[in-house]
Amino acid sequence: MNPFSAILFRDMRLATRAGGSAALALAFFAAVATLVPLGVGSDLKLLSRIAGGVLWIAAVLAALLSLDRLFQSDFEDGSLDIIALSPLSLESLSFAKLFAHWLVTGLPLTLLSPLLGVLFGLPGEGYVPLMASLAIGTPAVSAIGAIGAALTLSIRRGGLILPFIVLPLLAPAVIFGAGVVLAALDGLSNGAIWLLGAFSLVTVLLAPFAAAAAVRLNLAG
Amino acid sequence: MTLRSLSADNLTCIRGNRLVFRDVGFRVEAGQTLSLEGPNGAGKSSLLRMIAGFLSPASGTIILSSGGSEIFDGEDRGRYAGWLGHHDAAKPQLTPRETLLFFASLYRIAANIDAALDEVGLGRALDLPSQYLSAGQKKRLSLARLKLLDRPLWLLDEPLAALDNAGKALVAQFIASHCASGGIVVVATHEPLGVDCSRLTLA
Repeated sequence: MNPFSAILFRDMRLATRAGGSAALALAFFAAVATLVPLGVGSDLKLLSRIAGGVLWIAAVLAALLSLDRLFQSDFEDGSLDIIALSPLSLESLSFAKLFAHWLVTGLPLTLLSPLLGVLFGLPGEGYVPLMASLAIGTPAVSAIGAIGAALTLSIRRGGLILPFIVLPLLAPAVIFGAGVVLAALDGLSNGAIWLLGAFSLVTVLLAPFAAAAAVRLNLAG
Repeated sequence: MTLRSLSADNLTCIRGNRLVFRDVGFRVEAGQTLSLEGPNGAGKSSLLRMIAGFLSPASGTIILSSGGSEIFDGEDRGRYAGWLGHHDAAKPQLTPRETLLFFASLYRIAANIDAALDEVGLGRALDLPSQYLSAGQKKRLSLARLKLLDRPLWLLDEPLAALDNAGKALVAQFIASHCASGGIVVVATHEPLGVDCSRLTLA
């Protein structure tokens, strides 16, 4: 196994083992998405219109829940020091970590989303756009989240600061992601899916460098 | 990756706007051990982090001579360093075997993991999640990793902490055999190591 997949598989194993964050994120996503119809009431027309937006917000919050420990647990137990001295660059490390995070949160959230769409009475034509927008957009959530997690890795209870850094930067993903679903319901085609794709691509390409710079800064501290 | 020497000149360390030490210099040849001594807060750990390249000195230089080349850059120097710190770098959910397998593939090393764990007396805890290991056993796991990762420059921060007498003897034996094979060891410690070493006292 090469160094990159060593990090990838180890992070996935830690997230899926007892006490890991993967199941937690999924449960949180399902719980929030279930509560909204209960709070909004049984107006199916309204629910189907807000389904995309609510599921997107729930997905971002669920992903955020598991992001704060992305680098922090390795920093606290000393693993990060030893990883930093390995042949793997901090940029590749950051990419492996955000990829692992997406595989254990973004991907399962995407696969679970149609089930929750049913709770909102989402019409048939909304399901493919919903899943497509989450599949394309959630990598951006993991990428921007990784930058925030790297910046706050040495701060105790950094998870409380993380949303303030990450959420504003994720606004485009939520806007475009929910826009994709809404446009499909209206039978329109807008460019939201392309904008979402571009946003996702740029953040995933840039995030490893930003996160690596933040890790370097924190190792010196 | 055979080393010739590690040397430092006029090092100054400032942390949080406070001067920790200044004008620190030393030279260690291949096969030698340098013991860093001094009271708590004297900067022993900071000096180790400087050598590893995590921390940049406020002034001064650290030079690692390897073969024909001299390495000034901190991150390049880190590629020669084996690190044993205060923390155990063991995930509670992973077993010692899984932990070492992970680090071995991270460092592109193919070695016998079980033998490495057996050598430090963890032969019967191979598949026990690390959360059930004692502090001393976790330190032994760190020792096994240090040896397994096979770096020529060892940087050890309080390697004797939490170890029993047999464990301390094991550390001495590891350091001696690492030096015998041409490695360099820099160790911050409060206790006598039980090996021949030069000393650097940070005031």
